[in-house]
Amino acid sequence: MNIHEFQSKEVFARYGIPVPRGIVATTPAEAKTATQELGGQSVVKAQIHAGGRGKSGGVQLVRSPEEAEEAAQRMLASNIVTPQTGPDGAPVEKLLIEELADIKQELYVALTIDRWHRSPAILVSTKGGMDIEEVAANNPEDIHTEPVDPLSGLMPFQTRRLVRHLGLDPAVAGDAAKVFSALYRVFVENDCTLVEINPLIITGDDRVVALDAKINLDDDSMFRHADLMAYRDINQEDPLEAQASDLDIAYVNLDGDVGCLVNGAGLAMATLDVTNAAGAAPANFLDVGGGATPEKVANAVKIILSDPNVKRVLVNIFGGILRCDIAGEGIVLAYKETGSTVPLVVRMLGTNVVEGKEILRTSGLPVVFAETLTDAADAIKQLKV
Amino acid sequence: MGVLVDETTRVMVQGITGREGSFHARACMAYGTNVVAGVTPGRGGTMFEDKVPVFNSVEEAVAQTQANMALIFVPPAFAPDAIAESTDAGIPLIACITEGIPVQDMVKIYRYIENKPTRLIGPNCPGLINPGARCKIGIMPGAIHLPGRVGVLSRSGTLTYEAVGQLTALDLGQSSCVGIGGDPIIGTNFVDVLKLFDADPDTDAVVMIGEIGGTMEQDAAAFVKADFKKPIAALVVGASAPPGKRMGHAGAIITGESATAEFKIAALKDAGAWIIHTPADIGSTTQEMLRSKGLIS
Repeated sequence: MNIHEFQSKEVFARYGIPVPRGIVATTPAEAKTATQELGGQSVVKAQIHAGGRGKSGGVQLVRSPEEAEEAAQRMLASNIVTPQTGPDGAPVEKLLIEELADIKQELYVALTIDRWHRSPAILVSTKGGMDIEEVAANNPEDIHTEPVDPLSGLMPFQTRRLVRHLGLDPAVAGDAAKVFSALYRVFVENDCTLVEINPLIITGDDRVVALDAKINLDDDSMFRHADLMAYRDINQEDPLEAQASDLDIAYVNLDGDVGCLVNGAGLAMATLDVTNAAGAAPANFLDVGGGATPEKVANAVKIILSDPNVKRVLVNIFGGILRCDIAGEGIVLAYKETGSTVPLVVRMLGTNVVEGKEILRTSGLPVVFAETLTDAADAIKQLKV
Repeated sequence: MGVLVDETTRVMVQGITGREGSFHARACMAYGTNVVAGVTPGRGGTMFEDKVPVFNSVEEAVAQTQANMALIFVPPAFAPDAIAESTDAGIPLIACITEGIPVQDMVKIYRYIENKPTRLIGPNCPGLINPGARCKIGIMPGAIHLPGRVGVLSRSGTLTYEAVGQLTALDLGQSSCVGIGGDPIIGTNFVDVLKLFDADPDTDAVVMIGEIGGTMEQDAAAFVKADFKKPIAALVVGASAPPGKRMGHAGAIITGESATAEFKIAALKDAGAWIIHTPADIGSTTQEMLRSKGLIS
């Protein structure tokens, strides 16, 4: 789960990590007042769940409250499109109005799970304020990675090593080390999958301040973080993805017209690949999961059908825990309730396959059956849409 | 033979009285697996299916039944404890089916078992099966398997069944199938299992099914290039996935170029693996590979 910058900064502040003075605004008038309170100048920052907003008009330095009002008006009026949002962009409902910072140096710091070391790791670089993926690709030596043993946590000698790698002035070394330790606690205590500050700045008067803040939380840990669930902003999610996630269905919206209903994540990815290889384009990834009921399958089908791009549906069920008859019942239920006439190609294998196919065959739905993955892809290609 | 499990495997099921645990314990027993014990704290002293004694602790189960493998169906919040309990009891092999364990719990558990004589398969995996020994330890449908000489390893569940289904349809039996799991942090990786298949006299060739996310396929490619002596066919799924989106599996997410299917396929191709170009070709590509090596006629 992603959370907003202003929320991440709330978390930081609780752990004693310095952040700029900031006020959340939801209207141009609030942005104006906030800028007045901050001394007449500010940075207006659109709160969206995507990176790259700086280059897309989502961050603006303003020199007067009136200018803040205009900037807010502009940002709130339309979606912001960045390389990470997709063509429709992300809606802007909140702005963070922050005091100006006196930047002497910009650093990069991030915490993540290092899959190679199978441990948390803290990454630092003196190339703050830049696209870190570009730094990693072109100058990997500019990034220092410090794996952390999860049983001991980030040790003081490691924070000193990070300071050394960044070549920090002795005047700020102690504060920087404190920020690194606090960030590790943020990462662990909130079950983050990513904590990133780009840039972490050294100010003219030698303070260490998190100018930006990004936190991603582990969806699987939410059972023990009821408080953090309050940070969810459903308007930043794809509506169908949000609906699916509430129903415990793994769904990712894609650009094509072939709706895909599959059980199992690996088989679902494979189904997309086969569809693409056949020259058709999948409209979604969907894993309906193992212990699904007819109702859950029906909900999954309804989500697929509510995507207006979907012109044909490919069902690929390898019956195991999920029985084919359950899948069949669910599909029929969804088509009955929606009155949909979108044609289906159905490939079923495994537990209760005969019953599953019989349910679909006698349902009156526009179904074509396929035996193998190749047959299924061919059948999808031949469906006139 | 086969790898990791066979006729001598004595399985203890943790979470045997739960919905998933009881269903799959029954299915494993029906296939022929020797399930000797169940563990559910608070339910000790009862019998499962009138045959299998249930204990309150792994320690008691091992002492009284000589169980030498654990199969875990415990919910995500309690699964790390279940893994640690079996590790502490000295169980040499654990398969953890549970999906949805928080990743930071897994990094701690990985560290806990790392230098102990226990191997963990999973979590978030279908388990493993040795069809020749009628030993199924996991949630895969037993009936699709055929005893034979092809080793199968995969990060996925249903896609492994798809692979096995295609192999069996072409009469290509399996020596063992191991699902290593779809999470970012797992106990046993591709290279670990490839080493076992390399040493197994009953495995002639291997089918490996990878996916987007992480770098495990590249690690496997490096091992195949340097040390693996048997023919290997490889499929990597997820070429159609957009970056930054979790494709069901917690570990299946593109976080940079090295996590893409294209990058992984290039590494495996360079290592001399037979590339399976689409998931529909798993059986046919494997057949072609075995023919060209003279392993089938």
